[in-house]
Amino acid sequence: MTRPVEDVEQTAGSERAWCDPDAPLPNPLPRPPGELERLEKVWEVPKGWRFFTRVNNTYIGMYYTATALLFLVLAGILALLMRAQLAVPENDLLDHDTYNQIFTMHGTVMMFLFAIPVVEAIAVYLLPAMLAARDLPFPRLSAYAFWAYAVGGLAFFCTLFFGLAPDAGWFIYPPLSSYEHSPGLNIDFWLLGIGFIEISAIAGAIEIVVGVLRTRPPGMSLDRMPVYAWAMLIVGGMIVFGFPPVIAGTMLLELERAFHWPFFVAEKGGDPILWQHLFWLFGHPEVYVIFLPAAGIVSMIVPTMARTPLVGYRWVVLAMLATAFLSFGLWVHHMFTTGLPHVSKSFFSAASMAVSVPSGIQVFAWIATFWRGKARLTVPTLFVLGFLFIFVLGGLTGVMVAVVPFDFQVHDTYFVVAHFHYVLIGGMVFPLCAAIYYWAPTVSGRLLSNRLGYSAFALLFAGFNLTFFPMHISGLLGMPRRVYTYPAGLGWEPWNMLSSVGAYVLAAGFLLIAIDLILHLRFTGKVNTDPWKAGTLEWLPLENYATRSIPRITSRDPLWDRPQLREEVDQGAHFLPGTATGRRETIVTSPIEARPQYLLVMPGPSAHPALAGAGTAALFFLLTVKQAVAAIIAAAFTLVMIFRWVWETDRSGRHPPVDIGGGIRLPVSMTGPASHGWWATVVLLLVDGTIYACLLFTYFFIWTVNPASPWPPSGAGLPQPLSGLLETAAWIGSGALLMLANRFVAALPAKRGALTASLVGAAVLALGAFGLGLFAQLETGTRPGDSAYGAAVYTLVAWQGFHSVVLTILAGYCVARIHARLLDPVHRATFDSTRLLWLYAAVQGIASLLVIHLFPRLVG
Amino acid sequence: MQSALSPGGPEAALLGQLAWVLFIGAALIFVFVMALAAVAVFSRPRAIDGERWIVGGGLVFPVTVLSVLLVYAYRTGASIADVGVPGALQIEVIGRLWWWEVRYRNPDGSQTVLANELRVPVGRPVELFLTSDDVIHSFWLPALAGKLDMIPGHVNRLVFSADRPGIHRGQCAEYCGRQHAFMAFYVIAEDPADFERWLARESRPAVPPSDPFLREGLEAFMRGGCGTCHTIRGTQADGRLGPDLTHIGSRRSLGAGVLDNHVGTIAGWIADTQTIKPGSLMPETRVFSGRELRAVAAYLDSLE
Repeated sequence: MTRPVEDVEQTAGSERAWCDPDAPLPNPLPRPPGELERLEKVWEVPKGWRFFTRVNNTYIGMYYTATALLFLVLAGILALLMRAQLAVPENDLLDHDTYNQIFTMHGTVMMFLFAIPVVEAIAVYLLPAMLAARDLPFPRLSAYAFWAYAVGGLAFFCTLFFGLAPDAGWFIYPPLSSYEHSPGLNIDFWLLGIGFIEISAIAGAIEIVVGVLRTRPPGMSLDRMPVYAWAMLIVGGMIVFGFPPVIAGTMLLELERAFHWPFFVAEKGGDPILWQHLFWLFGHPEVYVIFLPAAGIVSMIVPTMARTPLVGYRWVVLAMLATAFLSFGLWVHHMFTTGLPHVSKSFFSAASMAVSVPSGIQVFAWIATFWRGKARLTVPTLFVLGFLFIFVLGGLTGVMVAVVPFDFQVHDTYFVVAHFHYVLIGGMVFPLCAAIYYWAPTVSGRLLSNRLGYSAFALLFAGFNLTFFPMHISGLLGMPRRVYTYPAGLGWEPWNMLSSVGAYVLAAGFLLIAIDLILHLRFTGKVNTDPWKAGTLEWLPLENYATRSIPRITSRDPLWDRPQLREEVDQGAHFLPGTATGRRETIVTSPIEARPQYLLVMPGPSAHPALAGAGTAALFFLLTVKQAVAAIIAAAFTLVMIFRWVWETDRSGRHPPVDIGGGIRLPVSMTGPASHGWWATVVLLLVDGTIYACLLFTYFFIWTVNPASPWPPSGAGLPQPLSGLLETAAWIGSGALLMLANRFVAALPAKRGALTASLVGAAVLALGAFGLGLFAQLETGTRPGDSAYGAAVYTLVAWQGFHSVVLTILAGYCVARIHARLLDPVHRATFDSTRLLWLYAAVQGIASLLVIHLFPRLVG
Repeated sequence: MQSALSPGGPEAALLGQLAWVLFIGAALIFVFVMALAAVAVFSRPRAIDGERWIVGGGLVFPVTVLSVLLVYAYRTGASIADVGVPGALQIEVIGRLWWWEVRYRNPDGSQTVLANELRVPVGRPVELFLTSDDVIHSFWLPALAGKLDMIPGHVNRLVFSADRPGIHRGQCAEYCGRQHAFMAFYVIAEDPADFERWLARESRPAVPPSDPFLREGLEAFMRGGCGTCHTIRGTQADGRLGPDLTHIGSRRSLGAGVLDNHVGTIAGWIADTQTIKPGSLMPETRVFSGRELRAVAAYLDSLE
């Protein structure tokens, strides 16, 4: 049963009391005694050794950020080792094996364990405060994402100490990274480690997308949303479509390494270029996944420091959207020297240049904002100005490398190393430093040290340019990347020495920031400060429950436009000043205009997310070192932990609608397409569908690289058409049973038996379809190791099999909930998510059958 | 000798010219934007028309500049990407784990095989056929051409020419494993007549040694098993795993640019390969006595 949005009851006040600036304040003052105490109690954080059971976004956000910064330091130390090695020619400080592991880990750790996680970490910490939500919609999911990342990431880093770290570059191109040329475990650590950290990143993205779209305060329509929230919404969307290619790619490369499925082996009809497409389809959007949040941060800090609203808010948001869109059409500029046709290179060259336009728009919006206002030269301002200097220079060299003939010279040289450090350190780390100095007061209630901040900025700015500017020159003088040493006499010595000295100056700057944080940052969990006189909601008084009441928003800079808002919110005059159900809760609003829709009851502290995260990390590591039995134990442990965690969710009880103030009564929890759970499942399906699209791309790509041979290649047969028809029927039947089950759920508890039977039947059909498909494929005599064709077809079959197994587990879980009486017409999120996934899988299964059976018969 | 900024031929000169256009244009834009930012930050507040600045500076200006640049870049690219030029000297270059196999395509259909060095006649276009049969490498010759990848299963074609005699160094640009850092080669551009003489000599088999010490060297070479991996045309050594040594004495370097080439370095390379180029696929050969080693080195050095 779906409860329509119109059910929100209005008992008094105007029709739009939730966003009308002239309506009376939503709740009368003073608040009844005991209300605040109950709110505090509900949001209390477990203390002492139970710290790992905390799920509050502020704590998880802090842990997450701290861990990401730890990886910045670790990967930075690796960079210092490299610069020490390269300071003089023919140095023997590091041997080639160590150096190759170090440069691979430097890139990998910076990208996957620092840059992406820190972006999500800051969002986990900051977004709820900026949106005046009490927490993110899935607190345990963020906790799980954090713990999986922290445990897995640290274990991955430690491979360096055993000489087992990956050594084929952070892009691990096959054939170098495949079984023949890299037989050790090193590359497997990369594939499994990174593959699963991507999964953690996607979990974070789902949280962020749903959080931004559904937990904004009443009245904060999309066009009143802080630019940073826009940035994170866009970035969340980019992760959803941008990360699946690398997940698909790592699956294929691991299949090639472990079972010799020859996706990338030229002699067997594969192509090493396929990996490059999949990797850069991820790799380029990823750069903007790192940059856009930083741009969002700058767009928050500049107006505050210039004391005037951002000039061209709409332009800036449009520019970010354009960047996201264009970033998916640029990946080929990493492959200009692979011998592609001139015309297609020109297309990607044009797209690569075009992406500089939205950045230009933002730069001019910031300059115009500074012009309109009076800039205060605070520590955050300096970092923003440093960012502007470095990022504009990096953007200009970016246009240069987008010019195809120029790229013929500088590709894979130190010029490119200089370019992307300008855009990544300039474009991301400098805004990150600005963010640390800007938002530190929301953590500890006071500013960090100005003196340390100014000195750190001076060292970072000077050290950065000293390190990376000379690299432009060494690259033009012919120095390639990724060399563990170089001969004397080629004119590279002075430039390398400058870079090495600069690196240590840069490191000194980071050290000062670390000292400042250690001396001055204390997480108090209770702050009331507004040192910059900013306009956005994260500067409201904050405690574990976030703000005392959830403000009614009527403009873009609420604290500037309504100076009394601080006081009103803190006294509880706005929405939901206490806890209505006696549990943790926040208001869910509509995605565009932020109209209150229902009360989201959130789960509290739990050890299960942390244990499940650690279990997932253990699972992947045990798989990598090929400990099958231990891996199965870890998998079982992880599954149990996940089921125990979700078992406690979706249990709001039959609570009558609650009054959040302003005459608005909201239902407690919601089912159907308006619910946050439904939205999260849809986002997950987008991820799933994109991975599948990448597998289809693989199949068709392999078809295109074998133009001369018949399809399927000689020696490979096609499965019997009858099996395809039967499988199609099975998937249709399976989906139909789920539709039927949907009716039974609405009639619960009466139809328990019929519901159970239809779920079990659907699972049997799903497993049967997979078994039949596998059998029909084996019957052809073709094996996945025979050719790239075989590998691609068996991958499609296996991917569908994976879905059949997941659906079966979910069906079992639904049955368990039905019989524990946790599933009923109101509390049905588990079933709804299962149903969505099921229908998607049925469509996917039929699509695979069309490709496997029909396509070869059409082109053959 | 390995710089993109000192071109030795027309293609590289075009690339160099493009580079300078980019540098100067970027410098002007950079100074302009920074000056604007400085004025904005340090001037008193002004009620400027922000949208106009955004549209003018962030949209119209870059779109105009980039459009012009795109046309210029396309034309530069089109004028150097001329594969299939008639009369070009055709050379196959195959990337190997940390050295380069070079095969001249002769008009009679035969091939002249050497390693880690290309000689080219001044003034005549050269067309390279680049591939690899192990991992991905990239052929980069900054002073004469750009770079192009060598990918298993693909043959990429690169055209360049030299307009004056000279010696240029090139290097692998795509990370290819342990000794990526020492995978270099030399290109020697010389007078066409000198080139033809060189190619004729290079195509002939090795001259059997007459000097007894050199003969001793050849015998030790064969006894030591070197022929399993190396070819010396005119002898029984016909291995294919390592570089062809038929005329090794005439080359500039050993080990793909690791060492200069003379009798002393040859001996050192044979006996101490793994110290000089650690991880190289050539095993250290310690079976020779001191005299044998000197004889082998002298023999190889004589193969000009």
